[in-house]
Amino acid sequence: MDVSPAIQEDQKGWTEVIAPTSSPFDLHLADVWRYRDLLMLLVRRDFIATYKQTILGPTWFFLQPILTAITYWVIFGQIANLSTENLPALLFYLPGITLWNYFSECLNKTASVLKDNAAIFGKVYFPRLIMPLSIVVSNLVKLGIQMFLFLVIWAFYLFAGFKGGAIHPNLTICLIPFLIIVIGGLGLGFGMVISSLTTKYRDLIFLLSFGVQLLMYATPVIQPLSAVKGKWRLLFLANPMTSIIETFRYAFLGTGSFSINGLLYSTIFMIVVLFLGILIFNKVEKSFMDTV
Amino acid sequence: MSAVIKVEDIGKLYRLGEVGTGTLSHDLNRWWARMRGKEDPFAKIGESNDRTQKGTSEYVWALKDVNFDIEEGEVLGIIGRNGAGKSTLLKILSKVTRPSEGRIKVRGRIASLLEVGTGFHPELSGRDNIYLNGAILGMTKAQIKSKFDEIVEFSGVNRYIDTPVKRYSSGMYVRLAFAVAAFLECEILIVDEVLAVGDIEFQKKCLGKMKDVSQNTGRTVIFVSHELNAISSICRKGILMHNGRVAANDTIDKVIGQYLSQNTNFDTYWENKDSKYDNPYFKPSKFYLVKENKQVSSTSFGINERIGVVLEGTVTKVDPALTLGFAVFTTDQKLLFWSNHTDGKQENWIEIKEGQVRLIGWIPRNILNEGNYKVELMTSVHYKEWITEPGKNAPVISLDVAGGLDTSPYWQIPRPGIFAPLLTYEKW
Repeated sequence: MDVSPAIQEDQKGWTEVIAPTSSPFDLHLADVWRYRDLLMLLVRRDFIATYKQTILGPTWFFLQPILTAITYWVIFGQIANLSTENLPALLFYLPGITLWNYFSECLNKTASVLKDNAAIFGKVYFPRLIMPLSIVVSNLVKLGIQMFLFLVIWAFYLFAGFKGGAIHPNLTICLIPFLIIVIGGLGLGFGMVISSLTTKYRDLIFLLSFGVQLLMYATPVIQPLSAVKGKWRLLFLANPMTSIIETFRYAFLGTGSFSINGLLYSTIFMIVVLFLGILIFNKVEKSFMDTV
Repeated sequence: MSAVIKVEDIGKLYRLGEVGTGTLSHDLNRWWARMRGKEDPFAKIGESNDRTQKGTSEYVWALKDVNFDIEEGEVLGIIGRNGAGKSTLLKILSKVTRPSEGRIKVRGRIASLLEVGTGFHPELSGRDNIYLNGAILGMTKAQIKSKFDEIVEFSGVNRYIDTPVKRYSSGMYVRLAFAVAAFLECEILIVDEVLAVGDIEFQKKCLGKMKDVSQNTGRTVIFVSHELNAISSICRKGILMHNGRVAANDTIDKVIGQYLSQNTNFDTYWENKDSKYDNPYFKPSKFYLVKENKQVSSTSFGINERIGVVLEGTVTKVDPALTLGFAVFTTDQKLLFWSNHTDGKQENWIEIKEGQVRLIGWIPRNILNEGNYKVELMTSVHYKEWITEPGKNAPVISLDVAGGLDTSPYWQIPRPGIFAPLLTYEKW
């Protein structure tokens, strides 16, 4: 829509103009900020609603990764005999599982955010970006709790030691918040791109859950990057999650690899995907109520 | 006074039928048209929105060329039949969906209540839900906190405020949800048909609150409802939507009048076109309804209006036993009453002479309840023969009674029953 000077003059005094189209770069970020209380209340809702009427309550936050780690230890460590870089299984698997879960939850939930919230979106306006953001923050809370669990186990091994080695934390630990931001951004960005596509073509949701599972095997969650050789290594390196999990292990455990280039690649990847995601989401959000 | 909302040439195009099949090819087509700088190839074939007509196009204009202004502090009622485009209009005003064309200029913050309890989570307590719902409707936490006690007070569910709302009765749920919305801080409030829920007492409370909001706080309110009484008691101006267009934009009474006159899908006028009812005494020619002012009416009558039933015909042979009258039935053929011009004292009867005759029988106001009725011409030579016999061969016209309920605040929605008499009570 062309905006002639006459119309611009006309717009004076109006606080808002509802029109069929608007600039794709008009992201309503001021609006998002105004609704920040809603974001926090949604996080609170998610937290309460998830564990209402469960006996163990938030303890499930701990049990999930531990049970998964035990499963991986049996299947990948014992049966398939994949390397854990001479670390106790729990210590090796937990960071990968926790970080991967954060990524995949952000991605999966964000991918269906438009569909899941169609009932609310159809009845009331608020900046739609609030919903995916609340998913990322909700999962951040969960991640925080699981991180705490990891830190307890990590501290135990750090001071008590274990047979056949020791762990060597280093200053790279300072990068951890940054790593978590990159993961959140990746999940959010990918999720928003997909959510925008699934409003019309729901087939993608089915593909997604399969794809995310597959992608995990191309991430050093169940085995270290050092154990991956040949042409598959390239696939691992192309995966933006790889360097993040490797860096995390390197920071806390002193194993794995730390590569500035890899981290840079992940960061740029995240920025591009997030930017793309927000743009597409912002465009689709305006009309999706008619197609969902 | 200045306009706070200016709606300019708003149109909304919807695709009908199965969304999901063929959308890929349509999308590609559209994209290709756009690449070449052409118009949307599917928008052209849109038809006007008449839900009763099976259209040929897959696309339909749910709204088209909608224009109106709303002044500051105005309370505007939007009425129209189902599918007239009321809800689509509200959705666009609430920014839930975008218009396909045109623009709306707004001054001030719009809060919309298209549904009560949007975003309520069953597992959360009433308290948590007040905060969550308030935030969804656009309040900050601090604003909700400052009004929290008022909200709880208004809802009347103090006792259960820390119970999960899934344990609430549906009435309590609605009360709480409306209470949150009632204390919204905004310049423009949009309310859609939410009063249809809750018990009478609460409905009255809500109506009172909405009146209060508009009159005492100077807020602009847009209100959609099928309850004509609620609309006419709250709103001063109205808009009538018809097939996606604005059919009337006037004072609320005029708009309601026009709305009622839309309901003309029944025959209210009978004329003896093929000279039926051959008999020596009386030949009916016309049978119809008139309003109080004796204007022929093809529209609904309010409960508080007198209904004039007019019978016209030619008397060809005077007989003292000739009785002219009518019978009123419900649409499912239950007889309500008969009435003849020969009812009452004989000296008061109208004298029937040979030639043209035209009688009006008045059905008193405040007798028939809202609903559809059938009126049948009843003429006979008493004890001798039927000329037109109700239920058998008589001419039939339809009578529609709607709106015009009582002025009592406790009688603002239709009551059950065929009759709706206004009785008087005295102390005894």
